[in-house]
Amino acid sequence: MITEDEIKKIAKLAKLSMPENESKEFAEQLSGALKHFEQMTKINTDGIEPLVTPTQIEHFLRPDQAVQEISADKMVENAPEKIGNLFKVPPVV
Amino acid sequence: MDLLTAKISEVAKNIKQKKISSFEVCDFFLQRAHKHNPQLNAFININDSVTEGARKVDQRIALGEDVGLMAGIPMGIKDMFCTQGLKTTAGSKILENFVPPYDATVIDRLKKQGALILGKLNQDEFAMGSSNETSFFGPVKNPWNLEYVPGGSSGGSAAAQSARLSMATLGTDTGGSIRQPAHFCGIVGLKPTYGRVSRFGIVAYASSLDQAGPMVSYVEDAALVLEVISGFDPKDSTTTQRKVPSFTKDLSENIKGYKVGILKEYLKKGVLHPDVEKSVDDAMSILKSQGCEFIELSVPMTEVAVSIYYLVATSEASSNLARYDGVKYGYRAPFKQLSSIDLDEFYMSTRGEGFGKEVKRRIMLGTYCLSSGYYDAYYNKACQVRRKLSEEFQQAFTKCDVILSPVATSPAFKLGDKISNPLAMYLNDIFTVSTNLAGLPGMSVPFSISKEGLPIGIQLQAAPFNEQKILNMAFNLENATKMSGKVPYGF
Repeated sequence: MITEDEIKKIAKLAKLSMPENESKEFAEQLSGALKHFEQMTKINTDGIEPLVTPTQIEHFLRPDQAVQEISADKMVENAPEKIGNLFKVPPVV
Repeated sequence: MDLLTAKISEVAKNIKQKKISSFEVCDFFLQRAHKHNPQLNAFININDSVTEGARKVDQRIALGEDVGLMAGIPMGIKDMFCTQGLKTTAGSKILENFVPPYDATVIDRLKKQGALILGKLNQDEFAMGSSNETSFFGPVKNPWNLEYVPGGSSGGSAAAQSARLSMATLGTDTGGSIRQPAHFCGIVGLKPTYGRVSRFGIVAYASSLDQAGPMVSYVEDAALVLEVISGFDPKDSTTTQRKVPSFTKDLSENIKGYKVGILKEYLKKGVLHPDVEKSVDDAMSILKSQGCEFIELSVPMTEVAVSIYYLVATSEASSNLARYDGVKYGYRAPFKQLSSIDLDEFYMSTRGEGFGKEVKRRIMLGTYCLSSGYYDAYYNKACQVRRKLSEEFQQAFTKCDVILSPVATSPAFKLGDKISNPLAMYLNDIFTVSTNLAGLPGMSVPFSISKEGLPIGIQLQAAPFNEQKILNMAFNLENATKMSGKVPYGF
């Protein structure tokens, strides 16, 4: 069971604001999903390497050359707030 | 030639031979899209400038230039694909005004073969959903019955293609998002082998599961689009360096001697809608008469596939969606004075307001499963069971060429039926998620119509990089049933 307090903690980790009514709803729904996932606990997985990607990665090397495909000005065009070609952010230090 | 029922190769040939112009073809579909979209809500944005692109293709043909395999063909694109200069929202408020400065690799490849973008298609927000009801831009309706869902997450692609508002569409499939809506709307949908198609420029949901693929009217069209979009991409290190087969040239209805596996876990009594059950039986009869041999197999881990899937997918999503921070692009919560805002508050408000409920639910679940103290019990355990599942499929494919199954337990369900119960919605994906977990190619081909008048598809899966086998089998079934390319009444 996940409690509402745990939901608030996870929301903080996930950087999501969480209205009171939503944390109650999520606590119930996430508990339900996790209970369903418990069906996996009965499966013996001793010594099994986790599979994180389904196919063999084929290594590929390219020449170590810098290429400019899109200009910085173009890349910051979608920024919600900018000054020149710099992102405007709240104080971080 | 009737544009409502023609195949891509036929229309492209006629355009190249100047029997019809690309302009006329694009204008025909553009008008249909504008006429029917208010009913279906399949498009988020319709690209009116598609006719300008068509004029250019026509000019190039007039000059005798080679315009490619998809010369002048208008396509609808799921809003997960970055399209240069055209808004790409992923069905989310957080990307409502995002205009990509570049094209996804698959879009680039389609354009190089002469294809044109007719519009961007509606979808579940960040592809998280099985009914297209989680889109910020509202639900999509099923053209076969407007009270029903089109499936998801590529619901807009399925609805638009089914109502023939486009010549072809693209979808993405993380746990069934191409195949299930194709089944619900009576079209052909193909999810390629993981690594066959580049993911560069596709909005990421769960990177070890996501693949892009065609959602089209005919099997031949699926083979053609797959051929165009496949192949190694230096910008996606998970793509294979294998040569792309000639899927269209090798398309053949001769499937004599194919061994077809039936998973006993998938055919439990009482789970399937009677018409879905009957369709599987009928498909088996057709294939037997074509010289296929049937083998009953067991892949026990499919019983827990939905659990593995939702653990892996939500974990990867919680990480992938961390990029939406209100800084580089996308929605930013309104603040009067940025200089007096706490950074955490800034992130939390932006993301809390920008993401919809289902996306938040999945980020929360994934964050929990990856958090300290739970990682081993949940994420790591799921990855271990995922390997077991994958190995069981490898074993199964030593005994058969193709696995045949339903796509979902039932035809389309009604709007609103499952949206308030997330777990019930998740369990709907029981037959499709294993394909992604094991990285297999999978396909849905139209097969029959239920008593309620809703389409039913059949799912075919093969070992990695064996798309040709499922294409050939689907081609055979398509020729036997003549169910492909049917446009629902009223469209």
